[in-house]
Amino acid sequence: MDVATTLGWLAAILMLIGAFFTFVGGLGALRMPDFYTRMHAASLTDSAGPIFILIGLMLISETWLVAIKVFTILVFLLITGPTASNALASASLLAGNKPGLANDQSEAE
Amino acid sequence: MVEILNIFIMLMLVITALAMVSSRHLFVTVMLSGIFSLLIAASFLLLDAADVALTEAAVGAGISTVLFLGALALMDVEETTRGVRRIRMVSLIVVAVTTIFIVHATFYMPAFGDINAPIHQHVAPWYIQHVPIHMDIPNIVTGILGSYRGYDTLGEVFVVFTAGIGVLSILGDPIKNRQHRPAHNRGLRHYLIPRLVGRMLIPFIILFGLYVQFHGEYSPGGGFQAGALVAAAIILYALLEGEDKALQVIPMRVLYIMMASGALLYGGVGVAALLMGGNFLDYSVLASTPVAGQQWGILLIEMGVGLTVTGVLITIFHAFAARSNL
Amino acid sequence: MIIQVVAFALIVTMMLGLVRAIKGPKVYDRVLAVNMMGTKTVLLLAVLAFIDDRPDYLDLALAYALINFIGVFAVLEFFRTRESQLVIAETDDTGEASDEAPGNEGGK
Repeated sequence: MDVATTLGWLAAILMLIGAFFTFVGGLGALRMPDFYTRMHAASLTDSAGPIFILIGLMLISETWLVAIKVFTILVFLLITGPTASNALASASLLAGNKPGLANDQSEAE
Repeated sequence: MVEILNIFIMLMLVITALAMVSSRHLFVTVMLSGIFSLLIAASFLLLDAADVALTEAAVGAGISTVLFLGALALMDVEETTRGVRRIRMVSLIVVAVTTIFIVHATFYMPAFGDINAPIHQHVAPWYIQHVPIHMDIPNIVTGILGSYRGYDTLGEVFVVFTAGIGVLSILGDPIKNRQHRPAHNRGLRHYLIPRLVGRMLIPFIILFGLYVQFHGEYSPGGGFQAGALVAAAIILYALLEGEDKALQVIPMRVLYIMMASGALLYGGVGVAALLMGGNFLDYSVLASTPVAGQQWGILLIEMGVGLTVTGVLITIFHAFAARSNL
Repeated sequence: MIIQVVAFALIVTMMLGLVRAIKGPKVYDRVLAVNMMGTKTVLLLAVLAFIDDRPDYLDLALAYALINFIGVFAVLEFFRTRESQLVIAETDDTGEASDEAPGNEGGK
């Protein structure tokens, strides 16, 4: 990858931001106290990470076809990710999982 | 660089496998097998096996989870254990000895990526040299699977077909087993967001499946992957709207015909080659020039594979769903 | 160089997700981890396509991006139709009941 150009620099910065968001999301999914907070961390960064990483990849694509393919992946990820989170939260609520509140100690892990 | 990534992925694969074995809760095992599938697809890709990775992606991402859950709905989620869980001395010894033999055998294997490995000396160069001459398609894997090893692929199609029949004969006719539920309680109709998004994506999944089917000679893909993708789209529709709607779109009769006609089409191409003066599954004689004949043959048998796989996967889903009310 | 860093960040995140999937404690945590790792796999495959300079690999990422969410729908439908859903939801593989109160009749 050619970092020397302005576009290359921009792509590198975007991808690093994306990698940071992704990593933070993973950390949140591991460290947060209850299911809904974990889902909050994971699902938000599941949208933020791909936006930055895939736009970065689009900038360093060599042909238009590749850039369009990456863009398509981004669009589908942005559609399906939040939908899956919504369905998962519905499933969890359905089974009687209540979100933990700050003053409710029983929910903490 | 890629090797280091692969080592990490292998490590995760082993951890996932151990967790799957030690878990007593079958739902947990199903979820972990989903992770296993994701990891092994990445591992296949790192080993440059894009076609296999695409198969794993198409089957493992959606369908296998759905089918596992369908099976799980028919039984207890808790794994039952007979008596005390103790390690038997005999099995321990057998496992240990086998492990020692296997580990010992790996020392005689060529190193990873070794250019002097037998496979890179005889078979692989022959394929790389002859696929452009014999059939003139860029994806060598499709050439090997479709033509040189057409017998293997024919066998696989019949295995898939037999699996479909096997599931049907164990679980019974999906139509007769259909449990009648009130209309408002079918599928995920009340879940507006999944329903809207799912319905919106179904055409794209089918379109991508067709791309994988007909572009399989140029990029990773082929009948198996395309069949799994199209089946995933139909199963998604069934999940969203209930099986009754899905059965209206593709009735069981059509599915049975798809299952059988795909295998028939594949065998028929072989017989046609025979009748036109060639060997069984020798496509060279199918058209005016051998190269065109090979291309036609591969296109037709891939269609057969796609039809059978789609039909069988949807049939298996309906068979489970009718029983389990999924 | 940067792109390799991204690949490693993705692998590390997948490891964190794997830990969450094994740890649980509730089944939903595991579903969440699977879903999260699915997205990371899509990104990893796309990044690998650029590392190896093989645009074909993007097809795989596209396949995952399109159908990876179906599993979550199946989980939702599974819990919706299952009679003994409370039993499934509240025991983990250690066999202990979690801290949820059973008997949630209104949630169906």
